[in-house]
Amino acid sequence: MSEITLTGDTPVPHEEHHHPFLQHHFEDLGQQHEASTLGMWMFLSTEILFFGGVLCAYWVYRVLYPEAWAIGAAQQIWWLGAINTIVLIISSLTMALAVRNAQLGRRMGTVYMLIATLFFGSIFLGVKAYEYMKHWQEGLFPGAAFHWNEVPALAPKVQLFMTFYWSMTGLHALHMIIGAGLLLWFIWRAWAGHFGPEYYGPVEVMGLYWHFVDIVWIFLFPFLYLIHGAHHG
Amino acid sequence: MADDHGRHAPKVHVTPMWIYLTVFFALAVGTVLTVVASRFDLGMWNTPIALVIATIKAVLVILFFMHVIHSTRLTWVVVIASFLWLGVLFVLTFADYLTRLWKIY
Repeated sequence: MSEITLTGDTPVPHEEHHHPFLQHHFEDLGQQHEASTLGMWMFLSTEILFFGGVLCAYWVYRVLYPEAWAIGAAQQIWWLGAINTIVLIISSLTMALAVRNAQLGRRMGTVYMLIATLFFGSIFLGVKAYEYMKHWQEGLFPGAAFHWNEVPALAPKVQLFMTFYWSMTGLHALHMIIGAGLLLWFIWRAWAGHFGPEYYGPVEVMGLYWHFVDIVWIFLFPFLYLIHGAHHG
Repeated sequence: MADDHGRHAPKVHVTPMWIYLTVFFALAVGTVLTVVASRFDLGMWNTPIALVIATIKAVLVILFFMHVIHSTRLTWVVVIASFLWLGVLFVLTFADYLTRLWKIY
């Protein structure tokens, strides 16, 4: 809605503070910011239900096969999961600080905190890759490759647990990889000086995504690694 | 709106450092607690305790790291509605499964 004044000799647009990243369909940067935050939460609500569907199926079978679920969780290296949980929480802190630095107009502070977030996210993925390799070697990948047979009577149910394990952690890791790609783009944008107190919405939205992925892991860790009676080793 | 367009920057709520650090510390403590609690045989309480700790951690992240505590009411509606629908998914599913298998319990 840019009004044009026609009283003078030349038309003068009424947009003295036209910010380079203000999209034409928004009244101002404040409205644009609220719309993008709200839009991101709308997306996250679909993500909550997306992961919620898998979690619900997981709980149905956990109720049906409690022994197999405890044995399945015992196949995990619990302390690697614990370390990864801490690593991901640290990455959430650095992500929150990246947003804070953007709000305060600290260009390099934003860049460093985004790099730190990418660094800890990458450590998480590295540890995850190591766990995947171990599980593959132990025959804990469902399907033809599955040859875990310590408790023959429960093997098919343990295989079902591992199917949930690979699906849930795999979907989570996919989100992490997408997040890492986005972070690379955001590091460049922050370095180019795109963000500041007037325009930190994209960093905020990036943070919402990253924290959401962290929350998913906060639930996956106890669900997949810490079922009581699971770890005696 | 016509008289003030193009001028309004987003409202900036800069969360103090100590809040971020306290939340981080609480999340780390929660992680340690959930590991420790899983080591003890608490009978039927092991699962609820793990769930409660995870839920508290998630709420802390949502309120402080995701800034929902300073968000518009519309954002609150979307956030709460998301979990409400998640609740519907779980309640209706288990209203079925838990009552079908009543003889186990």
